[in-house]
Amino acid sequence: MNLIVDIALTHLRGRLRQSVVAMAGIATGVGFSIGMAALMEGSQQDFVDTLIDATPHIVIKDEFREPRKQPVDQLNPDGAVALRGVKPKEELRGIRNARARLAEVEKLPGVTAAPILRGQVVMRFGGKDIAASLIGIEVGREKKVSSIEDDMRSGSLDALYRVANGVVMGNGLADRLGARMGDTLTVSSPAGTILKMKVVGLFHTGVVGIDNAESYALLKKVQVLQNRPNVINQIRIRVPDARRARPVAKRIENLVGYRSESWDEANEGFLEILVIRNIIMYTVVGAILMVASFGIFNVISTMTHEKTRDIAILKSLGFREAHIRRIFVIESLCLGLLGCALGWLLGWALTGILAAIEIDVRSLTEMKRLPVLFSVWHYAIATAFALTAAVFAGWLPARRAARLDPVDIVRGAA
Amino acid sequence: MAAAAGAPILEADRITRILPGRVPVTLVEDVTLSFTAGEFVAITGPSGSGKSSLLYLLGLLDTPTSGKVSIDGRDTAGLDPGARADLRLEYLGFVFQFHFLLPEFTVLANTLIPMRQLGRLSDGDMRDRAESLLVSLGLGDHMTKRPDQLSGGERQRAAVARALANDPPIVLADEPTGNLDTRNSGIVFDIFAGLVHDQGKTIVAVTHDMELAARAARQIRIVDAHVVRDEGGAARPVQPAPSG
Repeated sequence: MNLIVDIALTHLRGRLRQSVVAMAGIATGVGFSIGMAALMEGSQQDFVDTLIDATPHIVIKDEFREPRKQPVDQLNPDGAVALRGVKPKEELRGIRNARARLAEVEKLPGVTAAPILRGQVVMRFGGKDIAASLIGIEVGREKKVSSIEDDMRSGSLDALYRVANGVVMGNGLADRLGARMGDTLTVSSPAGTILKMKVVGLFHTGVVGIDNAESYALLKKVQVLQNRPNVINQIRIRVPDARRARPVAKRIENLVGYRSESWDEANEGFLEILVIRNIIMYTVVGAILMVASFGIFNVISTMTHEKTRDIAILKSLGFREAHIRRIFVIESLCLGLLGCALGWLLGWALTGILAAIEIDVRSLTEMKRLPVLFSVWHYAIATAFALTAAVFAGWLPARRAARLDPVDIVRGAA
Repeated sequence: MAAAAGAPILEADRITRILPGRVPVTLVEDVTLSFTAGEFVAITGPSGSGKSSLLYLLGLLDTPTSGKVSIDGRDTAGLDPGARADLRLEYLGFVFQFHFLLPEFTVLANTLIPMRQLGRLSDGDMRDRAESLLVSLGLGDHMTKRPDQLSGGERQRAAVARALANDPPIVLADEPTGNLDTRNSGIVFDIFAGLVHDQGKTIVAVTHDMELAARAARQIRIVDAHVVRDEGGAARPVQPAPSG
């Protein structure tokens, strides 16, 4: 074995207890970092997956991102003319010529689309009035763009065709109303129309905002209820790769002119929270590992103090400063490496334990168990950080030890 | 490695060492000495006279404030600490008042350390050499013991074995018998005499024991940082300091 490594290992064996403590410090740091990262990224992943599953990838809305340009602005784009107090024309809301646009969008490769009419209604059942969103759908097309069919707890979307005035709603909404399958509700729209509708299906997406407030009926019925015949105010779109919905949404917006929102744009606020969460996580993880590296600093520092005589004699024998430095850096590297290896085991076990914990949380999305994500990256990042900290913690006292003047020690001892 | 007969293996040319500080302390002043292969030299002097400091300067552990030390004709002034460490490893062996053996290593492992650091021999050859060294010093039965299991005299002999590990032409000893009883002191000096006689090594030993010093062929006496007497040096008196 290399002499330097031999001396380093002998030093560590001589101070087994302190070495184990320092190693345990690193192991705890690495282990908890891994566990924490798994939980944080797991819950993030879980949230995003639920969101992507439950909501359409892209929605074309009957809105424009910018107010329509007035003719005077179109003629003189850079002119010194400003038009103030423009009053927008009252228009019948909805996507104009929606069928043609639907066809246009569906020409894009892999893209499927479904027209809907979404509006607010008040549902009344057993003396309770609850505001809800009623979404008019064409069942066949809707099945292609959303996974709502998979989220059905009872009944089905097809039942909408079998019952005269059927409605499918989120189980949270049904609970709030106190309604069950087969119950008949009174649904009234802002237009003043009232319809008796029968609950023919209950769904559960896991996104609390949807389960508690959304319901589906046939497009034609909703158009009648809202008194907006033939109007379509949103087009829902599914793309092959949800993670790349944003650029597709931009293309579609350029194509049809209406505002097209991808799922991540629609939930930008939540996704920003996730970014902040990650910053918090990495700060805490960094702090844990930093504290752990103090343990290494302590051991190596004590070691160099205890071994001043040995250092002096090694230098007088003909060891260079770099050799002495290497001895102590190798010692801290050993502690760091062994600590990391133990930390991996701890992190792995911790991830398993966290994944087994049953919880019941309904905030943004619903969770039954703590979602964890196994990623090699968590292990790599924690290891890289821990090793860097360990080497640095060892290098500081090692540098001082290497500079030690053997004459001072030899003279002092004599 | 062995110097041509007569050519000095170790030379000090007008070396002065002053410890800086509020009140600068002169440890060694204007000392010029030269040693050839096969010399057994004792440096004596009252405590605080600078005899140990002179030895550290000769052994490249310390650098002179002025003047230069040459080893085997090589001027060491201006060498960086690393290069001086390399010279120490190859040309010099040290024996101190304290044995300074590494406490966690066995006697054999301690003896192997300089050889492994130099890395010239194969593992097997190193082992053979270390073992024969230890046997020749009467430590054949103690090779696998750690230093704390040995007596004072045995430890010092182990330290001598380590100093000889790389077969250096020069061995420097700083009060090598300071912690030993008369019998063991005698043994250490016997070993030194044998090394000079049989292997032609140059041994420079600092001691305050005049009786032991008398066993060396050449005696140098230092008082107040100056060489005041240098006799027995193979008809080579203290050379007058060259002008300039």
